[in-house]
Amino acid sequence: MRLGFNFWLGATLTALVILAGILAQWIAPFDPVLDADLMSSELPPDATFWFGTDGQGRDVYTRILYGAQISLTVGIVSQVINSIIGVTLGMTAGYWGGWWDDLVNGLTNVMLAIPSLIFALAVMAVLGPGLPSLLIALGLTNWSWTCRIARSSTLSLKSQGYVQAAQTLGYGDLRIMFTQVLPNMMGPILVMATLGMGSAVLSEAALSFLGLGIQPPFPSWGSMLTDARQLIQLAPWAALFPGLAIFLSVLGFNLLGDGLRDSLDPHMRTRKP
Amino acid sequence: MFRFTLRRILQVVPTIVVVALLIFVIFSVVPGTFAASLFADGKRAADPQMIARLNEEFGLNKPLMERFVTYVTDLARFDLGTSFRTRQPVVDLINDRMGASLQLAVAAMAFAIVVGVPLGFLAALRPGSILDTVTMIGAVSGLSMPQFWLGLLMMYLFALQLNWLPSFGYGDGSLRNLILPAVTLGVTPLALLARTTRAGVLDVLNADFIRTAHSKGMSEAKVVRWHVARNSLVLIVTTVGLQFGSLIGQAVVIEKLFAWPGIGSLLVDSVAIRDIPVVQGTILVIVLWFLIINTAVDLVYAAIDPRIKQE
Repeated sequence: MRLGFNFWLGATLTALVILAGILAQWIAPFDPVLDADLMSSELPPDATFWFGTDGQGRDVYTRILYGAQISLTVGIVSQVINSIIGVTLGMTAGYWGGWWDDLVNGLTNVMLAIPSLIFALAVMAVLGPGLPSLLIALGLTNWSWTCRIARSSTLSLKSQGYVQAAQTLGYGDLRIMFTQVLPNMMGPILVMATLGMGSAVLSEAALSFLGLGIQPPFPSWGSMLTDARQLIQLAPWAALFPGLAIFLSVLGFNLLGDGLRDSLDPHMRTRKP
Repeated sequence: MFRFTLRRILQVVPTIVVVALLIFVIFSVVPGTFAASLFADGKRAADPQMIARLNEEFGLNKPLMERFVTYVTDLARFDLGTSFRTRQPVVDLINDRMGASLQLAVAAMAFAIVVGVPLGFLAALRPGSILDTVTMIGAVSGLSMPQFWLGLLMMYLFALQLNWLPSFGYGDGSLRNLILPAVTLGVTPLALLARTTRAGVLDVLNADFIRTAHSKGMSEAKVVRWHVARNSLVLIVTTVGLQFGSLIGQAVVIEKLFAWPGIGSLLVDSVAIRDIPVVQGTILVIVLWFLIINTAVDLVYAAIDPRIKQE
């Protein structure tokens, strides 16, 4: 496996986000919510407040470190839900075929017909704002591509010798799927999940920016931008840095995913639309 | 071609029916009634009488099956229901906003195509050049950037600091008001188009028929115009079609950021006040719109590439 520059850049950025999230409570100089002080609001970046302060005098740097926790939670949990749904449906559809395959295919096509941010918005409209609703909304949104890949991988793995050997030995369908098929398609699934983390973080930011995701005063990068928008004339740094954090972490996930894909399968560089 | 067209158009019908059912299910399994959440303002509990009146007026307390039958029969007559808030028909609300949304989406996609395709093309013809490197770094960045953040920064720079353009609003449809939202919305499709065009052109350049064209003495310009451009077109058209989905989704955020009076901002406002009939109707219209575009793209695709429809 040869990993290029892009992969290492992506891995570094991802590692930085993870470190920021884990170490936030030790390295952050202030409290993200409680250290609000109107006397020190809208201060430009200096030695005390590295990224300046926002409209309520809270340290932007501190809030960005804590924001990494929310972005990572959303990215990881939603992609675990996505992968479980996508793999379960895609693998069983590919393995069993027949009416179940038709049903799963139909469902996938319907999901692909709904723009993912619109679907997430609909789920948020029903469940109301907050982190748990976000995790459910984004977890239910983006499984269609994973499902398609799991299905096509299963179809090709089904004709492999070791799967047919397991069938001859009289193994049950589920046992074959989980011990013979699944381990052999983990690579592409992992790539999809990594790339999916990027889009989940972007969707979370967008939903929180619209006031439908994480609610203030909790420091989500998206909701920080909502606050900053009102004061952009007075404190442009409060808008610059949270967006930069979103951009760099999504860039990290995307480069990592692309790098993994290229090294796993240099011939079939599927272009994700 | 006629049979292909007809079949492709008929395929839209079941999809939109299932989407309509899905929307009904999502908004019916919700715990608690919408009427209660509509009046609750977080400080005091909703007035039970108001809830009862709204439930009565919109038939929300009828059994699920009965509501479902009403929903389907109304849909068949293109009736999307009545807004909880304004008591106006949802169809009218959407019609008022449709023009602005279409204008924004078309302008954004046009910007993406006009800038992205030539960039990708030039990058592919000179791989490894400075233009190629800059285009590809720009494309990767454009795909990872939260669009609304870029819009916010551009609003700060071009509207508030330099005063070149209005910072938000429709401004009676003036072109100056359209520029910032359209450029913001066009950035992601632009990045993707540049990247796909480059990849597509590179693939074509390596194809056997290009070598044949060269060896029979065709001039470089003619090869590019006649073979390369035509064969890369299929990939570009597909990308444009697929990108419309995420463009429509992103438009919701961009419309809200620039206070653009389209169906996207109608949807967000309705979600915030839980005006469910409007939310349902808007989503249905957006999906229908997306399906129509995708069908159109498939038809164009088949017209460009005769290999497709013979499947």
